[in-house]
Amino acid sequence: MQSTAHAFKANVRAALADQPLQQALGMARTGFQQKRADAAARLPEFEALRDAAKALKDHVLGHLDLYLEAFEQRVVEQGGKVHWARDAAEARAILIDLCQAAGARTVTKSKSMVTEEIGLNEALETAGIRPIETDLGEHIIQLAGQRPSHILAPAIHMTKERISALFAEHHGRPPVTQAPELLAEARAFLRQRYFEADIGITGANFLVAETGSIVLVTNEGNAELTQGLPKVHVVLAGIEKLVPTLEDAFVLLRVLARSATGQEFSAYTTVLTGPKRPADLDGPGELHVVLLDNGRAGMLGTEFQDMLRCIRCGACMNHCPVYLATGGHAYGSVYPGPMGAVLTPGLVGIEEAQHLPNASTFCGRCEQVCPVRIPLPKMMRHWREEQFRRQLTPPTARYGLKLWAFAARRPALYHLGAKVTSRLLGWLGGRRGRFASLPLAGGWTGSRDLPAPEGQSFQALWAARQGRGR
Amino acid sequence: MTAGDARAEILARLGHGLRGGAPGAEQRQGIVARLATPAATLIPSRAALDQAGRIVLFTRQAEAVQASVERLPGPAELPAAVAAYLRRHNLPMRLVMARDPLLTAAPFAASMIQVRYGPVVEADAVGLTVALAGIAETGTLLLASSTERPTMLAFLPETALVVLPSRQVLRAYEDAIAAWRATGEGLPRSLNFVTGPSRSGDIEQTLQLGAHGPRRLHILLIDEPAPAGDGASDAA
Ligand code: SF4
Repeated sequence: MQSTAHAFKANVRAALADQPLQQALGMARTGFQQKRADAAARLPEFEALRDAAKALKDHVLGHLDLYLEAFEQRVVEQGGKVHWARDAAEARAILIDLCQAAGARTVTKSKSMVTEEIGLNEALETAGIRPIETDLGEHIIQLAGQRPSHILAPAIHMTKERISALFAEHHGRPPVTQAPELLAEARAFLRQRYFEADIGITGANFLVAETGSIVLVTNEGNAELTQGLPKVHVVLAGIEKLVPTLEDAFVLLRVLARSATGQEFSAYTTVLTGPKRPADLDGPGELHVVLLDNGRAGMLGTEFQDMLRCIRCGACMNHCPVYLATGGHAYGSVYPGPMGAVLTPGLVGIEEAQHLPNASTFCGRCEQVCPVRIPLPKMMRHWREEQFRRQLTPPTARYGLKLWAFAARRPALYHLGAKVTSRLLGWLGGRRGRFASLPLAGGWTGSRDLPAPEGQSFQALWAARQGRGR
Repeated sequence: MTAGDARAEILARLGHGLRGGAPGAEQRQGIVARLATPAATLIPSRAALDQAGRIVLFTRQAEAVQASVERLPGPAELPAAVAAYLRRHNLPMRLVMARDPLLTAAPFAASMIQVRYGPVVEADAVGLTVALAGIAETGTLLLASSTERPTMLAFLPETALVVLPSRQVLRAYEDAIAAWRATGEGLPRSLNFVTGPSRSGDIEQTLQLGAHGPRRLHILLIDEPAPAGDGASDAA
């Protein structure tokens, strides 16, 4: 996909003014957060499971090459095929070759962020192959010609009215307006597509090295129809998805749904091993697994290795004040929210994604809820340092910091400056105590007020306090 | 550029990032051993209950996710219970069924229900199959694909009826995996852990049932031990 991560600031301004979006995000705030908290409270072992999940992912990442080889061997032994892709272009080429080899005209897809990451749909269309998204949320945004705005709830930004208009326009049926009718209509429309499809493409939540299995998790059951009805099933998965054994997969599965939606378990967890057996009545005759690197291997052994523990639960964005104010589209990248702010620069480069690590208040809630305990704020700081090192920080910020550093190393000058500025701002702020706008600080005051200092600097207050204490 | 190059290059990148080079024999042996003897994992204590307790928990958890559960004394009562369910929901007296010994032994021929075996087609409104196990912890059914039990029985029809022998209600997922390991056999093509009917929250975050899979999931818990050779005893 075309990244617009560089336009983050403009995207944010539009998002903050978008009323329906703000309403949807308000619901996400109350819904997702409460449900996760309740699910965690119901399971006394939840925190211990998070520790186990983190340790497990660290172990796998520490031996990733060996687990990938073991997985590949098991898939092949069972009649599947494994393909390796260094980058997005290579992965697209492999998938298009597979489609062409099968003479595919239509492919069904179940929600997969990694196919978004490689821009698969555009590539398929260019090759004359029609991709059909089957996840309800993905279907909605595919009709709208948009990108997912949340890794689990891709159409979270859409109102019922907008969905109703889209369905009326694209399904060629009389308009319906209520949620159950909209669902029934999408179900009927997509049902036909499953039967027409020549190939089903899915991602993978986990890949099991011991058995060569692919684990898929959905609530709708669309992954089962996507892989189970066509004659070929193609899996596209990042190389970090490995787990050693089936038991290990359940350590992660136990924290995944609870962190994501607050469910005890998602409706469908499917473990697929090899293609259709000769005597089976259903299932795909061919199974292909495409293993994608695309920047992941380069993160191993660096300060960004921890990011590869991510199991794409979405909790970090559900608890992020920035995400909940702007929605996912503002990030302009496939992966939004805190995990996107760390992962995207790793995948597309810090030059393109330079605003993302700055889209944080460093409140730390993402790290508190991350099931695999990824230190997201710390990693955003690493990216900021990297940016500064590479001179990517905007000149105003660089000069501002230099000026501050100059003063900070000279306490007398610093105190004088702080005293003068806070007095001046306090006086200008007047009785209201806030600025709705301030010259040179439009970036801040455009969407929020700047509280005026109350007249004294921290240093002055501290000195007074110390004096009193003695 | 060939496919072989991509594999070699990715593995080389990984080796370089991890330890500055390819893995040694010792590291390789460590992973072989880890895979051969699966590590014990943390299993929540919630379902550490006796059989009766597990059944109570299974039922409560399944109902909490909008499945319905009905308990029957034995397979002989199945056809009447299924007919009553179909009538209650205004469904046709017609279904596609697994050729499972537990079901073929039940007196469907004497009932009003028209039964068909074989692959599931789009027109099938009701499917009836047998679960390998039930997982008390989360009210989850474990279904396994086989010649007799095509996967689509529980996915394509709008109404999925699943028979579960009550002695197969286990504590946790790991108990089912342990039972599979004990058989020494390979995995079936598809193992499905099913927790309630199909659902979506994609329209304004409201819960809607029956997104792509079944709108209704009805679980028939059967108490009487099934006859010998019953396929459902795999996980005992
Ligand atoms: S970073 Fe953590 S919280 Fe965010 S999606 Fe990944 S696993 Fe979930």
